[in-house]
Amino acid sequence: MKDLALRALDLVARRGVTYADARVIETRDREISTKNGKAGQVSSSESMGIGIRVLAFGCWGFAATDDLTNSGIEAAAALALQIARAGTAARKRDVALAPEEKHEAVWVSPCRIDPFSIPVDRNLAVLLAVDRELRRNPAVSLAEASMHFERRRQVFASTAGSVIDQTRQVSGAGFSALSYQDGEIQKRSYPNSFGGQFQLKGYELVDELRLLENAPRIAEEAVALHRADLCPEGEFDLILDSSQLGLQIHESIGHPIELDRVLGTEANYAGMSFLTLDNLHRLRYGSDIVNVVCDARLEHGPGLGTFAFDDEGVPAQSTDIIRDGRFAGYMTSRETAAEIGEPRSNGCMRADGWARLPLIRMTNVSLLPGGQSLEEVFAADHAIYMETNRSWSIDDKRFNFQFGCEIGWEIRNGKRVRMLKNPSYSGITTEFWNACEAIAGPEHWTLWGVPNCGKGQPEQVMGTGHGASPSRFRKIKVGGAYAG
Amino acid sequence: MRDNAHRIFEQVADAARASGVTEVEAIISTEHQALTRFANNTIHQNVAERGTHLSVRPVIGGRTARASTNRLDADSIREVVEQAIAITRLTEPDPELPPLASPAEYRDVERRFEATARATPEERALAVAEAIGVVEGAGQTAAGIYSTEESGFALLNSRGVAAVHQETMARFSITAMGSDSSGWAKASACCHGDLDPVQLALAASRKAAVSRAPRELPPGRYTVVLEPAAVLDLVGQMFADFSATAIRDGRSFLNDRIGRKIFGDNITIYDDVWHHAQAGPAFDGEGVPRKRLILVERGVVRDIASCRQAAVLAGTEPTGHGFPLPNEIGEAPVNIVIAGGDSSVDAMVRSTDRGILVTRLWYIREVDPYAKIFTGMTRDGTFLIEGGRVTAGLRNFRFNQSLIEMLSSVEALSAPVRASGEETFDMVAPAMKVAGFHFTEVTRF
Repeated sequence: MKDLALRALDLVARRGVTYADARVIETRDREISTKNGKAGQVSSSESMGIGIRVLAFGCWGFAATDDLTNSGIEAAAALALQIARAGTAARKRDVALAPEEKHEAVWVSPCRIDPFSIPVDRNLAVLLAVDRELRRNPAVSLAEASMHFERRRQVFASTAGSVIDQTRQVSGAGFSALSYQDGEIQKRSYPNSFGGQFQLKGYELVDELRLLENAPRIAEEAVALHRADLCPEGEFDLILDSSQLGLQIHESIGHPIELDRVLGTEANYAGMSFLTLDNLHRLRYGSDIVNVVCDARLEHGPGLGTFAFDDEGVPAQSTDIIRDGRFAGYMTSRETAAEIGEPRSNGCMRADGWARLPLIRMTNVSLLPGGQSLEEVFAADHAIYMETNRSWSIDDKRFNFQFGCEIGWEIRNGKRVRMLKNPSYSGITTEFWNACEAIAGPEHWTLWGVPNCGKGQPEQVMGTGHGASPSRFRKIKVGGAYAG
Repeated sequence: MRDNAHRIFEQVADAARASGVTEVEAIISTEHQALTRFANNTIHQNVAERGTHLSVRPVIGGRTARASTNRLDADSIREVVEQAIAITRLTEPDPELPPLASPAEYRDVERRFEATARATPEERALAVAEAIGVVEGAGQTAAGIYSTEESGFALLNSRGVAAVHQETMARFSITAMGSDSSGWAKASACCHGDLDPVQLALAASRKAAVSRAPRELPPGRYTVVLEPAAVLDLVGQMFADFSATAIRDGRSFLNDRIGRKIFGDNITIYDDVWHHAQAGPAFDGEGVPRKRLILVERGVVRDIASCRQAAVLAGTEPTGHGFPLPNEIGEAPVNIVIAGGDSSVDAMVRSTDRGILVTRLWYIREVDPYAKIFTGMTRDGTFLIEGGRVTAGLRNFRFNQSLIEMLSSVEALSAPVRASGEETFDMVAPAMKVAGFHFTEVTRF
């Protein structure tokens, strides 16, 4: 793989480039799912290819191919240069990059149990046991369970002399129970919606999730929701579980701090950001207890955004995003860091495979644990507690959001008093985070994986990490999705 | 592509036979895609990718599984076949698993254009430069994409199925931005010569100019005129439910609603792969020829897509809308044509005393799966209509709207066009004038 990357670099360097990098990537993945007592998806996939990025004539060019013969790589290298030259037809200024040192490294993410060493029939047996448990409740119409494993090895080489060989192992698993009754569909998922939990781990994650022992409760809740009261509409103190809060962080902090959005380069598709440059170090983003970091280092945890180097060869870093409630930093690339006068990229460029260009993507954007116990977070006279995301939507500058959850509970004097169905809440990003008044401590903090974050044209799907612990927010608008 | 696909399939079948397996299917797909992306009035990302993909599915005693690779040398093909057979043998037999599909006649659709397949980076860059010039000339900032791609899809199996489809596709999308406003336009076509980037740039620029200094209206129920892209991105969210498997699973809003009138008399929707403005192959992921479906006829839910397994269970015929096996979701219609009316966006605006004109919708997500309530935002061109004309731009709204209620409240439709958005796949859709559309919040811009 290293030879392929160096050959590609040699080809473009000989033709004259300001800078170039090549990423040779080999991936292997496995998808296993079950549905109502039978295997659903059973598939394995392998892929290998090269992406060549050049900076020439002041413009970027990028070409990718899975033809790894000499002629295939030569053609891709020539096309990358042709594309860069074509870009001069609409060039306003030459691209400049923040400096980065040369790095040579080999890194493999921690993995206790190689998931590809576990036979498919054992995967299916685990999922079918969960399925049986869910369908033991006769009111469950649809039981689904799944596992996902991916191993990606990437060799990055650049004309700056860097050669970085990284291997990342990602695992994920989860299940859901859906109940259709009398013109209503209710669903519960475990441990999170949209496939469950995903982390930078091996098969040990599946064992840690305790899927089987949680199946009866999830089935029971899915069915009980039909009889629950509709979540009331109004202003309430709101308590969120850590998985929902993880998605809240993703949408209302993670995306707005992407510096490419701020600078307008995502305007046609993903949109821009309310966090214009004049807000840096000035904006009161949240209350004093809100501290958020963007941290790709292994010390932060086994997140989907954990790595040793990003996809332009910049080492993993931790950046303060919100410090004591004040907006403190963006996620950057070498190009955008240079554009705003930062001395160095903070290492957030990631591509979803060999065929795509690296973009600024979330690594692990996490709300740091607070100082409260779980009892203190729930210690409200009257509040609504919501768990597990069901729907999520936010405007294209990341001001106005609305989330729906699978299940809610009315809290009185710190205790759950009744189940609520179809709970939702909405608000304006900075008002919401400034209303944060309690954050549970590190013992309740979970690093969640969002495996399906879309961005870019052509669209890329990326896994991101979000650590959070249950938290309480003061006077939030609840129930608007079903109002009127 | 056809010859190459047959050559690859012969190797797949040989490798399967060597392992004692005679029932095998292969899907070979190819893609050559290039995209020129611009923002801040300059080209900033400019990419191309080329790839080929082979996936293999044996059927062994009622068992099946799939293995895939993008390496097509002889050893890699043999290895992927062996992998597919190995994991298939580890699954449990499924008595409902259909056998491999049998050969069928496929009516040709011509959707590959040589000029689009050969479009160059220079062609795209020059068209982009011209479009940027239009927007920049109006004192605005442009962002967008111009993409061209060529793709191929072949499904072959050991029972003699050999379905092959090739097509090209081009997309141009542009956002024009003023200091406090924006406008957007997008189009797609199998032939890139059918796109007019300058006209799209002019349309986006006009919207940005007219929506300057946007006013804020309170949330509430308003008459709206939804342009085709807004209709497609919202109405397009419901078609996965026109699926026999989704209904059987209890996850479709059409449970207990088949044959019932749930929309207005003026709503008729087809699935029609042969419509001149449609794209895609005339066969499905199982190798079954697509049939034309009348999904909704004058407000009544009629046809439902069925894969082969769902058809057997229901005692009907498959409709040619199945996804490659094995999968959990079964099937869905993907060539949607929403019948239109004799109105136009201009006529709808003229007939509206007070209402809101919507260019596009964004970040649409399902709030309630059975009431079919969706939330989302307006974006890039939201206008106040007063006294039959557009009088101002508006700050963007959040909506929470039931599709059942919306499609029962349509007062006028335009002629349908091939519409392209960002929230669902391209469809043929009209503009719609809708009474009582439910905006629940207003954002800050």
